[in-house]
Amino acid sequence: MQLNGARLLRLLAAATACVACASQAAVIPEDRADVMYHSYSGGGVTIDGPSVLVRKGFKEKFSVSANYYVDNVSSASIDVQLSASEYKEERTETSLGFDFLNNKSLLSLGLSRSEENDYEAQSFHFSVSQDFFGDLSTLSLGYSRGSDKVFRNDDSELNETVDRHHYRFGLSQIVTKNIILSLNYEGISDEGFLNNPYRQVRFVDPADPNNFRLEAEVYPRTRTSDAIALGSMVYLPYRAALKFKARYYTDDWGIDANTFELGYKHPVGERIVAEAHYRYYDQTAAEFYSDLFPRADFQDFKARDKELSTFGSHSIGVSLSYAMQIKAVEYLQKASVTLSFDHLRFEYDDFRDATVSQNNADIAAGDEPFYRFSANVIRFYISLFY
Amino acid sequence: MQRLNKLLALTLFTLCSACSSMEPWVKPYERDHLADPIMQFDAAPVSAAYMHHVYQAREGARGAEGGTGGGCGCN
Repeated sequence: MQLNGARLLRLLAAATACVACASQAAVIPEDRADVMYHSYSGGGVTIDGPSVLVRKGFKEKFSVSANYYVDNVSSASIDVQLSASEYKEERTETSLGFDFLNNKSLLSLGLSRSEENDYEAQSFHFSVSQDFFGDLSTLSLGYSRGSDKVFRNDDSELNETVDRHHYRFGLSQIVTKNIILSLNYEGISDEGFLNNPYRQVRFVDPADPNNFRLEAEVYPRTRTSDAIALGSMVYLPYRAALKFKARYYTDDWGIDANTFELGYKHPVGERIVAEAHYRYYDQTAAEFYSDLFPRADFQDFKARDKELSTFGSHSIGVSLSYAMQIKAVEYLQKASVTLSFDHLRFEYDDFRDATVSQNNADIAAGDEPFYRFSANVIRFYISLFY
Repeated sequence: MQRLNKLLALTLFTLCSACSSMEPWVKPYERDHLADPIMQFDAAPVSAAYMHHVYQAREGARGAEGGTGGGCGCN
């Protein structure tokens, strides 16, 4: 792990655990295997690798899933350019999930573990879903516990931990013959070493040729957040569907965020499904964030992570899926091939491109242009249903 | 946080109150559109989980982005 690794790893663990336990209704998930190649490229960072998910049910009551995920990271992001050298690393994660269906109740258990050379994360999660009201409603409650270990490659003394608790509530509701609504809440409480040990803040130093110097960032050791999301799927008068999601987020670091998503799915014939989607996101900065502090040790908590700054992003994507019946192989019902492409654009309101003043003596620190970058994301996967 | 909790409690109370005095209004034989695969929020879990990861790694917000019950103990 280097500058962005710790954060990526933790989030990877969260995302992969979703694979094991996400469900819309209290039913055993279908048997399937997915093999995906993923690629992210943008902002000086390239990440790609495989993800393999296998799920198998037994006696219509039990289901077991396993996921193996790899990130091959090559990073020369703006954070790396400012204070470090380009690096490469590999991150792997494995997760297991168990589901048990009893009448209209679905119990789910999951375990996941992530490893890289200077960060380890493991988590346990549990959830229960119950169908009721003529199966029009599905209520879900979940809890997760995560334990991370944080190291630093060039500092053998650093050996920190993070404890995480997630509390989730979900409601999926059939509203009409053509509309499904979902409501999700998640409260998260973290305690421990929450900042990235490699990242630094910058402060004004008139004596320095660049007019600024760097010092280690310091985060609070606790963080509590709340997120609530409302989503809907609407079946249109012809065979196509609209997807809408909105999320509001707030935490005790002062970050408030809004997310909106709109998607459209359109089958073409019996085998092809085309999809297009748009996503908007904005957030306010954390209270202890500053692009340029007035002096060294200006305050107790200080951060210059662009993820904690004020910014907005737009994403647009398309996806094409081709399905086919498989009759030649026993036990295999069908297969599909999907290719997805997303273009992301991030525009920061108070995070400046410090490399400009670093490389140009005519531009003072604090006068650089605001940073912005674009990224492309590709997903290509084959799904087998049996 | 208190505001969110109140909103959540109010939503639950309203839903429970409404459900206690009503019959299911969409019969099982009327759910063919709802059962269509295109009505799934996320058709492929492995793909959806990856996109959540892409966004979470670059944004301050976290949580409540999966299906009901999604998520894990580490952000």
